[in-house]
Amino acid sequence: MINSVEIKNLDLEFGAVKVLQDLNLDIHKGEFLVLLGSSGCGKSTLLNCIAGLLDVSDGQIWIEGKNVTWEAPSDRGIGMVFQSYALYPQMTVKGNLSFGLKNAKMPKAEIEKRVQRAADVLQIHPLLDRKPGALSGGQRQRVAIGRALVRDVDVFLFDEPLSNLDAKLRADLRVELKRLHQQLENTMIYVTHDQIEAMTLADRIAIMKGGSIMQLGSPDEIYNRPQNLYVADFIGSPSMNFIEGDFDGASFKSGDMNMEMVGYSYAGSTPDACKATIGIRPEHVITGELAAGAPQKFTTMVDLVEPMGSDTLVYATLDGKMFRIRMDGQAKVAPGQSLPIGIDPSRASLFDTKTERRL
Amino acid sequence: MADVGILATTKAAEQVAPRALAGPSGPRPKRRFSRGNIIVYGTLFIVALYYALPLYVMIVTSLKGMPEIQMGNIFAPPMEITFEPWVKAWSEACTGINCDGLSRGFWNSVNILIPSLIISIAIASINGYALSMWKFKGSEVFFSILMIGAFIPYQVMLYPIVIMLREVGLYGSLSGLVLVHVAFGMPINTLLFRNYFASIPEELFKAARVDGAGFWSIFFRIIMPMSLPIFVVALIIQVTGIWNDFLFGVTYISSPDRYPMTVQLNNIVNSVQGVKEYNVNMAATLLTGLVPLVIYFVSGKLFVRGIAAGAVKG
Repeated sequence: MINSVEIKNLDLEFGAVKVLQDLNLDIHKGEFLVLLGSSGCGKSTLLNCIAGLLDVSDGQIWIEGKNVTWEAPSDRGIGMVFQSYALYPQMTVKGNLSFGLKNAKMPKAEIEKRVQRAADVLQIHPLLDRKPGALSGGQRQRVAIGRALVRDVDVFLFDEPLSNLDAKLRADLRVELKRLHQQLENTMIYVTHDQIEAMTLADRIAIMKGGSIMQLGSPDEIYNRPQNLYVADFIGSPSMNFIEGDFDGASFKSGDMNMEMVGYSYAGSTPDACKATIGIRPEHVITGELAAGAPQKFTTMVDLVEPMGSDTLVYATLDGKMFRIRMDGQAKVAPGQSLPIGIDPSRASLFDTKTERRL
Repeated sequence: MADVGILATTKAAEQVAPRALAGPSGPRPKRRFSRGNIIVYGTLFIVALYYALPLYVMIVTSLKGMPEIQMGNIFAPPMEITFEPWVKAWSEACTGINCDGLSRGFWNSVNILIPSLIISIAIASINGYALSMWKFKGSEVFFSILMIGAFIPYQVMLYPIVIMLREVGLYGSLSGLVLVHVAFGMPINTLLFRNYFASIPEELFKAARVDGAGFWSIFFRIIMPMSLPIFVVALIIQVTGIWNDFLFGVTYISSPDRYPMTVQLNNIVNSVQGVKEYNVNMAATLLTGLVPLVIYFVSGKLFVRGIAAGAVKG
């Protein structure tokens, strides 16, 4: 497979602060890669480095087989969409779309053609003669995407493009972005702190923390087989339940709880006995009639119930600790009630407590 | 139970026609002549009157003939309106050897103002742009040094500048004075522009770079069209500053032929020959103040907007 963007041993320092450390990342042609992390993890910084808006301290950046480490942003073959839209306020939509092309001294007819094509793709024809001030948030973001589109580039960079929109519009534009990617088949690199956006849009997700990548994988891998405690905790809402205990080579023990790890597929060969942490997603807890047939059975006490319509979140006590369970929205539970649950070890995640890595 | 209650109220609201409400409802009534209002507006009126009175005296006196002024009533409106003092102030009043009035000084001032204005605003805006958007190593130090320049009293530099201008052969000429105005206007205007540009979102600048725009292209095509208010603020500050300047004009201009309007006004008012023509002096003063006044009236609205924008974001 050909790589569209390659990041090799990238370092970035601001004075004494190391923002990115020895970062390596290959992004395939036509791939939708999401850089996901909490604020300050270096994801936007990495994107700015790829765009050429920040000078790197060490390492190389390759785009489409060309070393662009020292190239100007406009010569890298990238288009970028910003969180605040960054439309030029005094120009019309058409002026915004054609500004970059005019700077590249492109013939007028070609500019016109490209603007029309971008307007077709994004359905912004009626807006072409308006100024950004007269557009709604969603329309502005669409024009910002159009500005990247007219450049006819191989790589699109998105810096939290939906974060300034309200929830409903965000969901709509998310779907539209996915459709756009299917239609254009460009390489897209997308920075966000919203895990729903990451899960729904990405071909692969890179979860970042402290300037390095914690895990790079498909949304399915990230969700089902997190490589370490940080990723396991970061992905999923409500977040995973963690129970600390001991692993003896076949089963996990914590207090009165004993769980045989039948059906669990280990990361490598079956590990030796060690201190371990087990992670169970609230939505993977089996409740109701099915609980009786589950591989591992426990009883919990219900403390608090949060009905959310589509499902109900139950805060219960298991072995003296808080345990979150996601149940069907129609389930009848009340605080103080005892709730039998079942756990399938094959859907759980087991981590070494010391190294925080997946076992 | 709660459900039943909600249902009942909804039903009632549907069926019952608009209810008569007892007690206060709607906007609270305001009295036009409350004690607070009288105090506030009364104070404002007195202060405004106090402030406007000298201007009134000047205008009234400039429209009177000398005999009427000598009668004494400075607050009385003119019995017979005459524009002769204005004409005399503009084209006949004597300063030393020249007797062609303020018009000579006016044109000198215009010749000083226009180039100073254009050069100082051009340099300061580009300075501010470079210092806020294209930060280079040491740009903060450079800015600090520039700011120190703004706080050194002018008097300290008066004589050294005389020597410097003499050495480059500009002492006594209008171009020398222009150079001085440009130099002294730079720190404050650079600060003004830098702070305004710093409030422009960084992403806009990044987007322009991705679009392939360079230093000048970003400045002229993106930044400048967005920054009209701050250019107006700089314009007003420079026009009033340069037009009203007396110290530099009297120091760096060597010949009465080239004195700016303010210096010439001083010479007219202070001339000791003959009778003091108060009406001519008042008219001359009003004429001198006219240019900044016009600038204020024309661009006052934009000025306030620019100052306010700077205050909130800068």
